[in-house]
Amino acid sequence: MKVLMFGWEFPPKIYGGLAVASYGITKGLSLQGDIETTFCMPKPTGEEEGFLKIVNMSQVPVAWRDVQYDQIKDRMVGHTAEDYYRFRDHIYADFNYMQGLDDMGCIGFAGGYPGNLHDEINNFSIIAGVLARSEEFDLIHAHDWLTYPAGVHAKMVSGKPLCIHVHATDFDRSRGKVNPTVYSIEKNGMDHADCIMCVSELTRQTVINQYHQDPAKCVAMHNAVYPLSEEYTNIPSTRNPKEKVVTYLGRITMQKGPEYFIEAAKRVLDRTHNIRFCFAGSGDMMNAMINLAASYGIADRCHFPGFQRGKQVYECYKRSDVFVMPSVSEPFGIAPLEAMQCGCPSIISKQSGCGEILDNVIKVDYWDIDAMADAMYSLCTNDELWKQLSEEGIKEVDRITWEKVGLRIRECYNQLINRGWFNNDEYLNAVKDIK
Amino acid sequence: MKTICLYFEIHQPVHLKRYRFFDIGTDHYYYDDYENERAITETAERSYIPSLKAMLEMTQMYGKQFKVAFSLSGVAIELLEDYAPEVIELLQELSKTGCVEFLAEPYSHGLSSLANEEVFKEEVLRQCKKIKELFGQTPKVLRNSSLIYSDEIGAQAGEMGFKGMIAEGAKHVLGWKSPHFVYSCAHNPKVSLLLRDYKLSDDISLRFNDSNWSEYPLMSDRYADWIAQLPQEEQVVNIFMELCALGVFQPLSSNILEFLKALPAACKERGIEFATPSEIIGKTKAVAAMDMPEPVSWNDEERDTSCWLGNGMQREAFNKLYQEAGRILACQDRRIKQDWDRIQASNNFRYMTTKPMSVNMIRGFYDSPYDAFTNYMNVLGDFIKRVQDLFPLEVENDELNALYTTIHNQGKEIESREHEIAQLRARLAKLEKAAQKEEPAVKKTPAKKAPAKKAEAKVAAPVEKTEAPKAAPAAKKAPAKKAEPKAAAPAKKVEAKAAPAKKAPAKKAPAKK
Repeated sequence: MKVLMFGWEFPPKIYGGLAVASYGITKGLSLQGDIETTFCMPKPTGEEEGFLKIVNMSQVPVAWRDVQYDQIKDRMVGHTAEDYYRFRDHIYADFNYMQGLDDMGCIGFAGGYPGNLHDEINNFSIIAGVLARSEEFDLIHAHDWLTYPAGVHAKMVSGKPLCIHVHATDFDRSRGKVNPTVYSIEKNGMDHADCIMCVSELTRQTVINQYHQDPAKCVAMHNAVYPLSEEYTNIPSTRNPKEKVVTYLGRITMQKGPEYFIEAAKRVLDRTHNIRFCFAGSGDMMNAMINLAASYGIADRCHFPGFQRGKQVYECYKRSDVFVMPSVSEPFGIAPLEAMQCGCPSIISKQSGCGEILDNVIKVDYWDIDAMADAMYSLCTNDELWKQLSEEGIKEVDRITWEKVGLRIRECYNQLINRGWFNNDEYLNAVKDIK
Repeated sequence: MKTICLYFEIHQPVHLKRYRFFDIGTDHYYYDDYENERAITETAERSYIPSLKAMLEMTQMYGKQFKVAFSLSGVAIELLEDYAPEVIELLQELSKTGCVEFLAEPYSHGLSSLANEEVFKEEVLRQCKKIKELFGQTPKVLRNSSLIYSDEIGAQAGEMGFKGMIAEGAKHVLGWKSPHFVYSCAHNPKVSLLLRDYKLSDDISLRFNDSNWSEYPLMSDRYADWIAQLPQEEQVVNIFMELCALGVFQPLSSNILEFLKALPAACKERGIEFATPSEIIGKTKAVAAMDMPEPVSWNDEERDTSCWLGNGMQREAFNKLYQEAGRILACQDRRIKQDWDRIQASNNFRYMTTKPMSVNMIRGFYDSPYDAFTNYMNVLGDFIKRVQDLFPLEVENDELNALYTTIHNQGKEIESREHEIAQLRARLAKLEKAAQKEEPAVKKTPAKKAPAKKAEAKVAAPVEKTEAPKAAPAAKKAPAKKAEPKAAAPAKKVEAKAAPAKKAPAKKAPAKK
């Protein structure tokens, strides 16, 4: 089975959660042995893992140039020079009018999320037309709204079934005030898709209700988490029984609900004194949060260590007694799973998709700061509760693997390829044994 | 002749309200009044009132042929008195017919039998008193909360003077044995055991309205046939369930009450009679002792205590709750006593179970076991603080327990001593009279009076002495033994000096041991 996959990020270059999820999904699929994935991304680093074939969209020609093999063979990052010539044979229109073509007839990408994002999305889609003509595949899989136009284009050209993966919607990012351009791109992608994979039931409902999609073609495909590497497992946990640490870790932005964390912290600190609050991460609301903490007079107990990367994240989990994710709207949210891997119990908002597959966490409404404060206090003072959640949490999160996600996605692929359309009820029936 | 023993449990917990940790120390009211009123009136309307009315009809239809037993937890009685007094009235009416027996059970419907003997005993006796007040019956048979039973609990029931207990006929303890016999407690052969037939009980309480069940729809005739077809020697069939089964678990629309009403007639045709637990215990001898070293209950498939004490949180809450038992027993504050009853209810622990969802599992308003635990621990935190405020913290629990038992024993001791003194006085008076009759003429009257006074004084002395070693009998065994010959010594002196008071000190000596 050959899958043409469009994505925007892939490790080792990580901008956000999308890269981690893309990696997990492709890895889970590759474990089945008979799925060949071609992963098309704007600007690979050349250091991606070799279990899948990478196509570098910055080096796919859209205009014919007479280039010599020797000139380009060392410049290729991602795919090879042979691929380049094959792609060149499938240029489908004259794109010489486009600005910014390089000597190979390719359109360059800045990578990441630059200011001219909409142009990049459009270019990405143009190049997808070349790929769809030159590659052989059975199915198209597009990750996140940036690649939906590319997916739709590839479907138009090849007539193969399109599966799109909704990692987030604009309703999550904007608390309801959607950007009409983004919405139209998302809606168009969903309308053309044969199967819409949403990272949680919560997102699935948004897709059904806000984007008016047929529930039968929407499926909740929960993310998973990779087992901790040796290096991270060996980080000693330095929890202090006398002084507890409650941690927030993530972007400090409206979507993540940081102000509810501060409000809850204030309520806890009104009653107790041996708890510290760690506010890790950076974002547009960071200064506002520091001011808020200061105005409540709890700045001495609230700490803002800034953005944490790589190993620092795990050190932070291992040092914390409670992890809190008060997101206002979180399509999935992988952080609580990582905290649980480190034996740190989590409090998450009911508006977080990961809550659908977790039992050993405390779930509260993001606006219910009383409940949140109560849960923080309870975890810091009741050792038995802490132990139960910590131990059972590790066991639970160990059962959530990308391999199982791969099997579930495989089931969707089978339906799409074997008969051309997808039905959620039949899917649920087929995967009920994957636990 | 085969006998059916029908028993219904009436219990509703007092629901706790959402209680945050910042309420600790400021808010001492823990209950959700709205929910309590709603729950109890709904249960009464849907289940208790129609089923009790049906049973009242049955007693009129069948007279003494129909017998039934009930047990009410104290907290449920309080709720019923407040919100649904009609249920109590119906029960009183039933009680008057003579067809109904009321069983004893712990007042709180809690797990005190697993934690603290003193608390358990106090609770059971308090509930008996309440039953006596309301229905004029003194319970003779004990039923523990959710049918929790173990050998130790059985032995304790015997100590409290109960003739029998009812328990679960759990397969893992019965093995090849049949629940259709009367057994006795392994630690006290005087306590008889009636074991629940879970198959026949659950046929009514769990499966009656289940249209997927192979026996659906169940008719009284067929049910009576099943009982009649049991082997000849199996005589007692114990059908125990919650009264909620009629109307709540099985809706009234399933005609479950019609089934019940027709049952005595169907049984009569087949020579099966009804009896109350104490009637059965009174006339049937136990066939064997039943070993149940581990507690067994009627809950879940496991039939053990795992749904209340299965995980660490539940055990933590349980330990914290009963840690304060000494202080609470010693206190006189009525509000604390009432809160203690209400928060002990086993339902509070059930909400915290992390076992996979089981039959009839209701978590109340809690989202998760963790939520239930958090709320309960907040309530408990405030409650414990109030209890500790009553007594200074420096007073250790053990000390307090010792103090409590001393107070408790002292009352009894003073009583028995007063009784003895009265006896001695009477004897003395008698002897004096006799002496006066023997030597009326001579001037020996003054000489007589002297030894009499001495005897009185001596009697008083050993009383004081014995109290000291009794206060700490365990810790000071050696001195207690030493004290004995000393105490015996004055007795001898009395014997030698005053022949008339001879018997009195001799009687004292065994009391000291």
